[in-house]
Amino acid sequence: MGIINALTSVVNVFAKYDDLFLHALLMTVMLSLATVLISSVLGSLMALMKISGNPILRGIATAYVSFIRGTPLMVQIFMVFYGLPLLGINLPTFEFMGSDFSRFFSGLLALVINSVAYVCEIVRGGIQSIDEGQMEAARSLGFNKRQSMTFIIFPQALKNILPALGNEFVSVIKESSQVSIIGLAELMYITTTVRSISFRSFEPLLIVSILYFILTSVCSLLIKKMEKKLSVSNRSSN
Amino acid sequence: MEREFILEVKNLGKSFKDLEVLKSIDLNVKKGDVVAIIGPSGSGKSTMLRCLNRLEEPTKGEILFHGENILDKKVDINKIRMQIGMVFQQFNLFPHLTVRRNITIALTKLRNMPEAEANATADRLLEMVGLAEKADVYPASLSGGQKQRIAIARSLAMNPEIILFDEPTSALDPEMVGEVLQVMKDLAKAGMTMLVVTHEMGFAREVASKVIFLDGGYVLTEGAPEEVFEHAEHERVKAFLAKVM
Repeated sequence: MGIINALTSVVNVFAKYDDLFLHALLMTVMLSLATVLISSVLGSLMALMKISGNPILRGIATAYVSFIRGTPLMVQIFMVFYGLPLLGINLPTFEFMGSDFSRFFSGLLALVINSVAYVCEIVRGGIQSIDEGQMEAARSLGFNKRQSMTFIIFPQALKNILPALGNEFVSVIKESSQVSIIGLAELMYITTTVRSISFRSFEPLLIVSILYFILTSVCSLLIKKMEKKLSVSNRSSN
Repeated sequence: MEREFILEVKNLGKSFKDLEVLKSIDLNVKKGDVVAIIGPSGSGKSTMLRCLNRLEEPTKGEILFHGENILDKKVDINKIRMQIGMVFQQFNLFPHLTVRRNITIALTKLRNMPEAEANATADRLLEMVGLAEKADVYPASLSGGQKQRIAIARSLAMNPEIILFDEPTSALDPEMVGEVLQVMKDLAKAGMTMLVVTHEMGFAREVASKVIFLDGGYVLTEGAPEEVFEHAEHERVKAFLAKVM
């Protein structure tokens, strides 16, 4: 009977605080989506720096990627949160999606700074997986380096990059839980809130893990579908 | 006044770090010449060919195309490459594009040719290499011989003055070599200027107007095919020919 009781208790907690959870869920989705969209652009630029012929650009990108990937995300989140005011950047503190805007901005910035390093490696790997002969064939026709990238290399690399970016999105959804430490009202933060006001611990944690699992499962499913579509268009017709 | 040579290579050298692959190459090519470049593997044949459109950057010397040194910093190498086609051992077709688009992409993007006109050009070239029915398929569905014929059509689309062939039949199954060589023979007959790095001595002998033998980073001997093949004097050339003929 213990299980029935436990389940009833979980349902009760969710029913009581459902608007808090759903609002926080929306926040997590927005935060993750914004992170991946922004870091896709910046990460691609950094990947271009990393494969460029300019040793200074290459050095900057390499150092950035190693540093970010070699330090914990939580440290990066705190560093951004406490570092922005030190740099003289004081964001206005108006209400934004149920959270303080300056906290939202700090959290988003920290996640972007982190994700850019991973996206950079995804894009670089995607580009470098394309056979060198493709670049040579394009160049020998008279395309310059940029045109070769745009018309020949990148469209092919995209087929490797897109599924990996999807996986990065799944990672970001999970890692975004860490920005709760600076008080950004996403899923994990709300879970802590519900724990303290309901005096229950297990139930809110189970609810939040189910919500995360639904999010990541839906994403994984979409990625699988996309991969299938890409591999079809990659196959020869006729 | 028209220059005697369309391409003049003078004292060309290329080193990779400490390895000096090309020591000093001199070569003159007239319009309509078919130059077969032969020699032992590792002799720098492909490197030399790849220097001619600067896929490899030479470390010394001059390459004059219509009298203009294409190694000059002021030269727009992309413009030169539109006039010097290249065909690769591994074909290097663009797998994400249809056969027709493989041929037209440079025309529409670099020459700003209208799509209809570019497609007509592609279809005419596909007809020429005997693959008109393959226009809408992707390269993955083609045999090696078909891929190489498409690659030749692709380089012809830009209407180049010279085509460089880098071992065009070396990656092919034996039964497909003939169809590619036939297209190259047709091109030679039509007056195309061609430089061909090849192991096909039959082709060199039958089609080439000039054979050059490369070894150790130098041109050891050069001349008409019968001179090189029948009356080779150089010991290295004789030894090589004895092995491959």
